[in-house]
Amino acid sequence: MKKIYTRPKSLKRTPFHYCPGCGHSITHKIMTELIDEMNLQDKTIGIPPPGCSVFAYNYFDIDMAESAHGRGAAVATGLKRAYPEAIVFTYQGDGDLAAIGTAETIHASNRGENITAIFINNAVYGMTGGQMAPTTLLSQKTTTTPYGRDDKIEGYPIKMSEILALVKGSAYIERVAVNSPANIIKAKKAIRKAFQVQIDCLGFSMVEILSPCPTNWKMSPVESWKWIDEVMVKEFPLGVIKDITGKKDAG
Amino acid sequence: MAKVLMNGNSAIGEAAIRAGCQCYFGYPITPQNELTEYMATHLSRKKGCTFIQAESEISAINMVYGASLAGVRAMTSSSSPGISLKQEGISYLAACELPAVIVNMTRGGPGLGSISAAQSDYFQATRGGGHGDYRTIVLAPSSVQELADLTYKAFDLSDKYRVPLVILGDGMLGQMIEPVEFSYEAPKEPIIRNNALRGAKGRTSRIVKTFTSNPATVEEINWSLFRRYQLIKQEEVVWDTFMVEDAQLIVVAFGIAARIAKGAIKSARIEGMKVGMLRPITLWPFPAEKVREVANRTNYFLVFEMNMGQMIEDVQLALEGAGEVSFYGRTGGVIPTPNEVLRVISRLYYQKGLK
Amino acid sequence: MLVKTIIAGFGGQGVLSIGLSLTQAAMLEGRYVTYLPSYGAEVRGGTANCTVAISDEEIASPVASTPEFVIAMNQPSLIRFQNQIQSGGVLFLNSSLTQAEISRGDIEVVQVPADNIAEELGNRKSANVVMLGAFIKKSNLVSLDSVVKGLKDTLKEKQKLRAINKEALITGYNLF
Ligand SMILES: Cc1ncc(C[n+]2csc(CCOP(=O)(O)OP(=O)(O)O)c2C)c(N)n1
Ligand code: SF4
Repeated sequence: MKKIYTRPKSLKRTPFHYCPGCGHSITHKIMTELIDEMNLQDKTIGIPPPGCSVFAYNYFDIDMAESAHGRGAAVATGLKRAYPEAIVFTYQGDGDLAAIGTAETIHASNRGENITAIFINNAVYGMTGGQMAPTTLLSQKTTTTPYGRDDKIEGYPIKMSEILALVKGSAYIERVAVNSPANIIKAKKAIRKAFQVQIDCLGFSMVEILSPCPTNWKMSPVESWKWIDEVMVKEFPLGVIKDITGKKDAG
Repeated sequence: MAKVLMNGNSAIGEAAIRAGCQCYFGYPITPQNELTEYMATHLSRKKGCTFIQAESEISAINMVYGASLAGVRAMTSSSSPGISLKQEGISYLAACELPAVIVNMTRGGPGLGSISAAQSDYFQATRGGGHGDYRTIVLAPSSVQELADLTYKAFDLSDKYRVPLVILGDGMLGQMIEPVEFSYEAPKEPIIRNNALRGAKGRTSRIVKTFTSNPATVEEINWSLFRRYQLIKQEEVVWDTFMVEDAQLIVVAFGIAARIAKGAIKSARIEGMKVGMLRPITLWPFPAEKVREVANRTNYFLVFEMNMGQMIEDVQLALEGAGEVSFYGRTGGVIPTPNEVLRVISRLYYQKGLK
Repeated sequence: MLVKTIIAGFGGQGVLSIGLSLTQAAMLEGRYVTYLPSYGAEVRGGTANCTVAISDEEIASPVASTPEFVIAMNQPSLIRFQNQIQSGGVLFLNSSLTQAEISRGDIEVVQVPADNIAEELGNRKSANVVMLGAFIKKSNLVSLDSVVKGLKDTLKEKQKLRAINKEALITGYNLF
């Protein structure tokens, strides 16, 4: 019989600890598929953060090293500089990349570090129990914005992709979502392109992924998929935000 | 006020508001999130009060620094990895003689460690923690009620001596729910310290700074801090004892470990072993004199901590060789049971031939 | 006497909330009591548990390594906790959602079809409270009165919910 589906080689046989419907699981799945397809399993090094994905190294069958909260881009910088042959990606939540790690991220990007950031935007702090993230939408309720995020007090949802696009050293930045089969296919293409940009030594690449967190959004997985389409993309429009390669789609 | 059920983290929040805390700055980290969330819900809407979820612990402690400059009662909280980040800011607070309350709901370390309860930040808290020659007052509660009571005290002490103060709790104290009673009412008027930076209106302008090109000036600042620390050591040492009068063996333990030890000691007493406990409540200043005093009655000490042995050094320093000190510890976030401690007590008791 | 109970199930089954009701009841009776929830990464993936310790004197540790009682609201909790129960202890099983394969002869097993009963009462969500009713009757830890009073405090605003819960509680209580 012809095999039409199999578990990616670089995805370990460990059940995910993520909640049902969580975008981390989907992202891990397509990333490991890609690592297989691009034949990168033996040279990719991942830097997972504190966050719900802190145990990502239990799932990716590649070299990985945990970073302190927010310092992923700095750790990846050191690693890549010391060992340029590696394909280095950071895997970061919105708290990690867009709050505590803003400085590290902006400066790594500005230096044009040849690294890829996989940025999971789920509009909350997942691991610590659903507090406000810098990407939390206005009037969205979280445990630390119990009355809804108020721009006068908490400011606005931060758009890291747009900010990083302004930085000279960034090469490729795209925002995708993992909330429907069609979007998941697009997300995979974007990550493929980001890796390719790194392979071609063109500079900093980042894929921002709008990712459901049913647990902290207090929704069913299906509702959370809808919420991304109906609410979240209004604030965070999908698409390529910066691309210096000139080529449209590598994928 | 009647007793209410509250977890330790929230109890600190409520007590802080009642102590007149006006500004809270935090950053999420388990196991102290309930405190940040309590302040988001209850402090943020109070008139004249501020709650900010900062972008990092470094930012949070620097926001505390700013609020303290303005003369109001301010606090921040975190757990071990976040407290490491705050050290820079705490050093500046100490140098500028600014009060601040910093809560550490300690978790297992080093590194990201575990989110379970530990006491492995004892050295960091009691030795200053950041760079430079300074100390912070360190309070170690062992129940939810005491968390509340020591929180009021924390703000008063920190203001009185103009030093940053650390409340050293742990993940279990933060998470557990117990009945608690709040004895304070929140002040009607905001508490604003003298010498705050609130504009040079009708007075000469003030400067708060630490850097100078003259080392002798910095030495003078250190002397002035040191004299204050001596005063704190004289005036503010707090401890608790349990059945030490006839004890042949004294357990020294703080915080949640003291509570576990107390359970073990009660069982040991039932089995006829004369065991007592000394529980430091201020870890700095350490109750060294009290340790020496109980050493007049017995030579045998068991230091029990949820770390690899940190407070034991203070006990040994206090005794100056006068007693025999054993140690038992669990670390990394492992929670020892009272039975486990009882076994250690029994073994020691018989090994040392005590009766 | 010190008695420790672990209550475990899926998040959403209300295991933490009946733990709190039990804690509240014990406080109203003037006993020493502690409540410790599971937290952090442990609760990702949808399970939750809490430990309630009730005593006539100060409680040394809120942790239960060998609890007297365990309430297992689902199969994973049954598997996880059945071996921790103290010899002579009691395991309360939500028999609607568990297949009991008890491998120990030294504990008592009390089966309560909590979800079925709650469904008959018209609100499956109150299965946890049915279980609480059965538990306090069998364990004799706190009185029915104190729990009812406690419910009043914890569900202050929700009149209707309180009525449903009271019925579920008493139905569970009268099972034994
Ligand atoms: C210095 C420091 N502060 C705080 C934490 C606690 N912490 C762990 S993960 C996290 C943020 C989680 O949110 P996010 O980055 O959005 O990732 P998610 O869990 O949503 O995937 C925080 C604040 C930490 N580990 N280290
Ligand atoms: S809390 Fe949210 S982000 Fe974390 S595993 Fe659950 S669904 Fe995913």
